[in-house]
Amino acid sequence: MTDVPRATLGVARLIWREAEALEIFSETPRVKTLRLRVPGWMGHRPGQHVDVRLTAEDGYQAERSYSVASAPRADLPAREIIELTVERLSDGEVSPYLTDELRPGDRIELRGPIGGYFTWEIGDGGPLALVAGGSGIVPLMAMLRHRAAAAPRVRAVLLHSSRRFEEIIYRKELESMTAEDPNLRVVHTLTREWPENWRGERRRIAFAMLQATLPAPAEKPLLYVCGPTEMVESVATALVDLGHDPARVKTERFGPSGE
Amino acid sequence: MGGFLTRGFRGKHRPADPARIPPGQYETHDFPVLSAGPTPRLRLADWDFRLTGSLDAERRWTWDEFQKLPRERFTRDIHCVTKWSKLDTEWEGVSVDTLLAGVATKATHVVAFCDGGYTTNLPIEDVTQGKAWIVDTYGGHPLDPEHGGPARLLVPHLYLWKSAKWVRGLRLADADEPGFWEALGYHNHGDPWREERYWND
Repeated sequence: MTDVPRATLGVARLIWREAEALEIFSETPRVKTLRLRVPGWMGHRPGQHVDVRLTAEDGYQAERSYSVASAPRADLPAREIIELTVERLSDGEVSPYLTDELRPGDRIELRGPIGGYFTWEIGDGGPLALVAGGSGIVPLMAMLRHRAAAAPRVRAVLLHSSRRFEEIIYRKELESMTAEDPNLRVVHTLTREWPENWRGERRRIAFAMLQATLPAPAEKPLLYVCGPTEMVESVATALVDLGHDPARVKTERFGPSGE
Repeated sequence: MGGFLTRGFRGKHRPADPARIPPGQYETHDFPVLSAGPTPRLRLADWDFRLTGSLDAERRWTWDEFQKLPRERFTRDIHCVTKWSKLDTEWEGVSVDTLLAGVATKATHVVAFCDGGYTTNLPIEDVTQGKAWIVDTYGGHPLDPEHGGPARLLVPHLYLWKSAKWVRGLRLADADEPGFWEALGYHNHGDPWREERYWND
């Protein structure tokens, strides 16, 4: 983290916009994707997030941040349509509303894009090494979707940890992405339960798995790690121990200090 | 956008003491970790704290010298721009006033610099007169590396990205210049009570 990349936001204030829910679909039992139309949305960089604000009848407001899952699109009308993928936290306040209550046609307030550091665009080059824990996949998926649309020749590896097979977010899309793309490799690991015929990894992501899966430090990959705090902390430390330059390891953490 | 209502939203985490929770924030009892990169690790023998830049002469304290400075214990509420607030957090450390005592400077700002390359900028009046500390103790225990240990800046009246983790010194500056997040879209000042989250908020 030695050099500050170029500033990404305009000088204009990030105004609250009324986003309309177009479609809401399940990714896994606890995760849904919201497809929203955001009038005036000028695009984002893959990896950026938005703030969502909900207002109750008595004026009480709750704000939370969510990563944009979709790739940026240059032209209207696609440019104003973005997707957020939201994990329902049982003790949460905003995520249960977004995953249980929100219906197509409803409006929520939203502003962004926010965050100019945990981002990747084609021009940043590769190879790309992505490490995700659970719904930490979301900003990384925006990068992979952007990459698939723009430059599949950049070599990319995704190492994704999920608790159970049914909880692998974007599993089918990742399958079809890899089927069409020799430069993309996706490795799943399951940490709690796995199907009888599961032949993949069955451990938490640690040193050996990172060493076996990701490009070596000599290849100077761009590394992005996103997930629960504990996972990000241990993976980032292991990457530095493996010899990766700390300045090339970008992290984004969410949730309380446990999973 | 006055008058906007979210259909079907009632809100279930209303703060017990709303007067202590700034707009857009919610109270948490955890201590979440936010950092842009790996947690730096270094030996205390290699640690020092420096005052550099626009001043009569540079100052430097080793870890042992820093430990002998007058210390303060205090309890404050802290607010992170990612929306969480944590009340009544207990800290111990050295006031920035103590470090600046006897320093001749006309600086208007400071830039905190850190292991890992992070920087953040503050007007000098936001780090003096009992508003900022270099802390090495949280809740009575040495500060964990993921929370900024061995020592971090703590400026509790501003969003927590101003409270630079792994801080190694303050550069006194005659002009304002944006730090790491301030160059990437976050507000130059960061007052949670005015909800100064992003540029031009």
